[in-house]
Amino acid sequence: MRWATRAGVHIDRAACAWLIRRFVDPDAEFVFVADPAEVPDDATPFDMRGVDLGHHGSDCSFETILVRYELTDPVLVRIGQIVHEADLDDGRYDAPEAPGLDVVLRGLSMTGDDERTLALTGPLFDGLYEFFRRSYLLGREPA
Amino acid sequence: MTVEVDGSCTSRCNRGYMSAVTEEWVLLSYRLPREPSSPRVALWRRLKRLGVAQISDGLVALPADARTREQLDWAAGEVVEHGGTSSVWLARPMSVAQERELATAMAADRAAEYVDLETSARQAMTEQPVEQRKVLVKLRRTLREISRRDFFPPDERDRAQAALRLLEERSADGAVPEPAAQPNTRGKQASSRRAAGAR
Repeated sequence: MRWATRAGVHIDRAACAWLIRRFVDPDAEFVFVADPAEVPDDATPFDMRGVDLGHHGSDCSFETILVRYELTDPVLVRIGQIVHEADLDDGRYDAPEAPGLDVVLRGLSMTGDDERTLALTGPLFDGLYEFFRRSYLLGREPA
Repeated sequence: MTVEVDGSCTSRCNRGYMSAVTEEWVLLSYRLPREPSSPRVALWRRLKRLGVAQISDGLVALPADARTREQLDWAAGEVVEHGGTSSVWLARPMSVAQERELATAMAADRAAEYVDLETSARQAMTEQPVEQRKVLVKLRRTLREISRRDFFPPDERDRAQAALRLLEERSADGAVPEPAAQPNTRGKQASSRRAAGAR
């Protein structure tokens, strides 16, 4: 399946792309567009204004996808809080990881294209997932 | 070297004379129903957090970059979700003076926030080290929040940063586990030195 989002990927879109590929559609192909009108007919748009998989209420797009695809994994919910704070920085959650992650993503968007950002952030989010999965199982921070 | 610098300045000044060298801004025009008031309050808080310049009722501006464009776009979406109307624009002020006016107003808003932060930091300096560090953690976060919406840093920022550094030093000075331990250790060293000298 094809998925479309705005070009110039930052934290929310990078996290959404990872989430889609890992938990929604393993064969996901991503298209980057400059304007919502350029979204191909066969592609599902995300993290764009006016689409279903975007910001709703105070939720960022990552959180919206969790709700829409009924992903209730507590580890994903935790990552959603980090993405929310990195993207919106509204103090809704306690996520000290957020500012660092935001800076890393902003820096990546300055040095390469969107494909490269997704290629680099895939393993990064895999690592975050594993870290919080172990934290959740142990009930404390893993080594 | 000097010639090159002068040359580039001249060409810039000329360009400025021909057409204003203003930056691109992103504008959000919005109108929300008067009732219920909670979406209005939520939007107001959101815009305040972003550090917008209020041009007039229902029209705010930010210097355009990838993040500000996106943030105002989402804010526009929120307005529509609550039954209002909104539009987002990219625009340039027609004159440098007009741009400067916007920037000055924004810098003044941030300056007031930095002054509050500096005052809090200085007040904390009279507290116990434990309390100082608590305040320090809180103020560091506040500084980060203000910096994020500070597009035209005023001098007050440097003073706020200096006050935080001072608070950091003060609270670190008091970081010895038992306040009484320090003079004792020194006393011991002094006496052993004296003892060594006596030998």
